[in-house]
Amino acid sequence: MAGPLGRNLGLVVALVLLCIAGLVTAGDRFADVDNVLTILRLAAVIGVVSVGMTFVIIGGGIDLSVGAIVALSSIWATTLATQAMAADFHWIVMVGTAILVGAACGLVNGVVIAYGKLVAFIATLAMLAAARGLAEIIANRRTQIVQDQSFIRFFSGDVLGIPTLVIIFALVAVLGWVLLNRTRFGRHTFAVGGNAEAARLAGIRVQRHTVYLYVLSGVACGIAAVMLMARTTTGSSTHGTLYELDAIAAVVIGGTLLIGGRGTIVGTVLGVLIFTTLSNVFTLNNLSSSAQAVAKGVIIVLAVLLQQRVANRNPRRRGLRGGTPEAAGTSIPGSPSGTPTPGAAAGPTT
Amino acid sequence: MSAQSAASPTLLEMHGIVKQFPGVRALDGVDLEVRAGEVHCLLGQNGAGKSTLIKVLAGAHQPDDGHITWDGAPVTLGDPQAAMTLGIATIYQELDLVSGLTVADNVFLGRERSRLGLTRPAQANKAAGELLTRLGHPEIRPTAEVGSLSAAQQQMVSMARALSQNARLIVMDEPSAVLDSEEVDHLFQVIRDLTDEGVAVVYISHRLEEIRQVGDRITVLKDGRTVATGLPVQDTPTREVITLMTGRTIEYVFPPRRALPEQEAAPLLEVAGLSLAGSFSGVEFDVRPGEVVGLAGLVGSGRSEILETIYGARKATTGTVKVGGRKLRSGDVAAAVSAGVGLAPEERKSQGLLLGDPVYQNISISSLSRFTRGGFLTGGPEKAAAREQVRALDVRPPDVDREVRTLSGGNQQKVVLARWLLRDCRVLLLDEPTRGVDVGARSEIYALIRALADRGVAVVVVSSEIPEVLGLADRVLVVADGAVVTSAPADELDEHKVLDLVMQGAVSTSGAAREGDVA
Repeated sequence: MAGPLGRNLGLVVALVLLCIAGLVTAGDRFADVDNVLTILRLAAVIGVVSVGMTFVIIGGGIDLSVGAIVALSSIWATTLATQAMAADFHWIVMVGTAILVGAACGLVNGVVIAYGKLVAFIATLAMLAAARGLAEIIANRRTQIVQDQSFIRFFSGDVLGIPTLVIIFALVAVLGWVLLNRTRFGRHTFAVGGNAEAARLAGIRVQRHTVYLYVLSGVACGIAAVMLMARTTTGSSTHGTLYELDAIAAVVIGGTLLIGGRGTIVGTVLGVLIFTTLSNVFTLNNLSSSAQAVAKGVIIVLAVLLQQRVANRNPRRRGLRGGTPEAAGTSIPGSPSGTPTPGAAAGPTT
Repeated sequence: MSAQSAASPTLLEMHGIVKQFPGVRALDGVDLEVRAGEVHCLLGQNGAGKSTLIKVLAGAHQPDDGHITWDGAPVTLGDPQAAMTLGIATIYQELDLVSGLTVADNVFLGRERSRLGLTRPAQANKAAGELLTRLGHPEIRPTAEVGSLSAAQQQMVSMARALSQNARLIVMDEPSAVLDSEEVDHLFQVIRDLTDEGVAVVYISHRLEEIRQVGDRITVLKDGRTVATGLPVQDTPTREVITLMTGRTIEYVFPPRRALPEQEAAPLLEVAGLSLAGSFSGVEFDVRPGEVVGLAGLVGSGRSEILETIYGARKATTGTVKVGGRKLRSGDVAAAVSAGVGLAPEERKSQGLLLGDPVYQNISISSLSRFTRGGFLTGGPEKAAAREQVRALDVRPPDVDREVRTLSGGNQQKVVLARWLLRDCRVLLLDEPTRGVDVGARSEIYALIRALADRGVAVVVVSSEIPEVLGLADRVLVVADGAVVTSAPADELDEHKVLDLVMQGAVSTSGAAREGDVA
């Protein structure tokens, strides 16, 4: 993990530039503490989803179903039955339900992908359709109001002036960072995404690990659903619409490779902050959400182009038969120093 | 197999191992017996079943039949973890490392030590550094990303990984393939240290002379069967080993040259003043029909780049390439191909073949226009033409519908050649045509190349193996530091002379300024 700062320097610069743009165009309205907290509160929900997504993508997969899982979790956690139980016992029942539903959806994703050998794109696309559909059936297409005021009070409150939602995001991000960089689980995630065969030969149970990754993403969606329920005081089958795209975009501009094996939590967090700050700056300047969407698209392309430029400047030499995926499509890669040849030693000896 | 007195105890015994893949019986009753503290060499042609056998031994493949005994007790190697737990470590040929992780991460992958669930990078880095120092490579930083290392350094990481397992048996699949001779010497020293400690090593290599240096006993595989086991290295003549591997005695590895083509024949390929910035400069040579020209030189001398530039895969900085008197547009592969130039690239698997496609599609890919009618491909004639080439080149198995992936290295090379034969190409550029091809199949490839030349094709061969260039080519160009330093008939040169030239060039710093064609 050489030079985490260096790797994310571009993102930090982008964020700073955005903030300067905000300051120049909106002045005090942007620099206001409440506004900053608003940005962070907005970033929190999608941020939690993105942390889970980071794991899945580093592990060589993709999860298109995160938005739908958020919706289903929010609906299941706010049904009359769940809320009745919560009223009898404690609002923690709602939290538990949301997380369990998320985990279950992730489990289905993971099992279908790892053992059913479905491509992740297809499996989670199916879950995207099915989970939101199921949410609509359960809710009968109605928005469900959260009755438990102590639930709302707890999650919408703040600790020492910092919103609880933001603290949850920070906790998830820190735990995610530790899990990815300081545990066997994280190490294995890089290995499974970087070279699944090598991981298997190293004794890692690749299929089981893949299942864990999607369960992890599902749990993140469950947590995000709870946060969204608190922020909107509702459960709805329209919650989390297009979260999959926002999360993937944040992860990708954060420097995580879509082919797996490389990526950082810090980058993802910065990616989320960049998009949320961008939205905020646009909103403060009374620009439409359509203009935001265009800007978002441009940023994604620019960020990835920039990353490739940087990646090309330090060409990574791989194994003899590996060849970088970028080079595989071109006619004849291989520079004099780039591909060491085994025959080199054969001359004098044969 | 006779009982030797005072022999070390048997550590591993594999008996009657059978492994069936769809359509292929990769192992058909293999026996292997390895003693503690010995270097046991596993020999066999490509496709003989060596790789499958070591994957069975590593727990990566489950055998369909047979018994494995470890330390006197029967065992089942259900998964890689089981093999590692017993003390079997495997260094694979295909460098099975994760390029996005650090050196230390790779060394301990799957066996990370952690406390309270947290990994301990500092400790792992220290341990990895010690292992690499023991291997004579203290310069490889444990925190470096594996993707940024050279192939030889990656090989060392694989070695460190095997050492870190404190294994009792280490399987090395062609460990020397990416190492230079000094590194190979060091590797042998490490192997000797290991065997002194009682560790057994199963050593696979195509280089028989290495086996002479480091091996104790030999097991030979052929077509998925053990044809000889436990032969003592010192008392077995090379000829006998080759006979066992190929099933026949090789009298002439290189086909005889024809009388040199008439000097008057117009050259088919003319290269004049060809330069590629940063790679080579002022390269001049002609190849007449029926002539084989060899380019000898070290890796990085520019020899592969010369071929690729002639082929148009790289755009020449200056200079011209003419085929049959017509100038080729620089940097245009399609123009070169339509003028009748074919290239069999060095990286056969990544640059030469569509591995997942059947043999016939690989053969016909450059001649598709011949098999289309009204814009649609006609399957029948396409396959028939491929079948004809497969028969002519003796590709085994002779099945044009088989995926190329499943063929051995030598047969894959034949498929590449078949492609250009079908296209009736006039100029054939071969980059390391026998790399990864075993001894028996090599002579077939040599004979094939000579047969092509005899049909009037102009052939240019690049090889790192000087004897190969000398034995195969009519004329040899020695390339050093991006310039042709000598051009002479092959029978006027010998290995030492070429080696001297190659080395001088490599030492000289102003090689690029040297005159192009000395002869």
